[in-house]
Amino acid sequence: MANTTKKTIIMFSGELDKAMAGFIIANGAAAMGDDVTMFFTFWGLNVLRKSEKIPVKKGLMEAMFGWMMPRGATKLGLSKMNFGGMGAVMMKKIMKDKNVNTLPELVASAQAMGVKMVACTMSMDVMGLSKEELIDNLEYAGVASYLGEADEAGVNLFI
Amino acid sequence: MAEIIINARGLQCPGPIVQLFNQSKQAGSGDVIKIEVTDHGFTKDVQAWCKKTGNELVELLDQGGVIYATIRKC
Repeated sequence: MANTTKKTIIMFSGELDKAMAGFIIANGAAAMGDDVTMFFTFWGLNVLRKSEKIPVKKGLMEAMFGWMMPRGATKLGLSKMNFGGMGAVMMKKIMKDKNVNTLPELVASAQAMGVKMVACTMSMDVMGLSKEELIDNLEYAGVASYLGEADEAGVNLFI
Repeated sequence: MAEIIINARGLQCPGPIVQLFNQSKQAGSGDVIKIEVTDHGFTKDVQAWCKKTGNELVELLDQGGVIYATIRKC
């Protein structure tokens, strides 16, 4: 492919609409032949959680975070008009009717096209999320890795 | 020279260009890819895709809400 360039995307938010925006851009960029690296930090890590409950030994605060945060890409709410989850249900119905890819489909498609996904280990520690609770094929790193990749990228987004 | 036909009707962004990319990886140089898309944004997107990936956009038609693009892999 001619003109291969790099994109980096910081996935900070844990809402359905924002995560979809990030993954649509990631899929599009990969389809344009770009190298894409997505860094998941803070609430963005929830997008990568497995939907099933994984038994992991945690302290009280970590366990509370675990209970209160959405468990994975299918459980996210909307950043606007969520109405306690009803908004997200309606949005998902509309998107299904209009044949828009679901967030889990976009995640799988991005991984299949070689989009690199990196989980921030500091955020994982703060939020009490372990590797076992996150989906497979991730890398684990910190801010230096992100900066190193961002230096090589022509586009860098914070979502 | 092979000809690859992709029916991406009904797919929303980024479905059509993802399909186009995946099929173009299978194709050899000089192969022709024909894709049919109903997402309106594809007219602009396929031009940007061809420019970026260095492939040739041979034909681009919009007939009755369906976009027909013919691309030659370079």
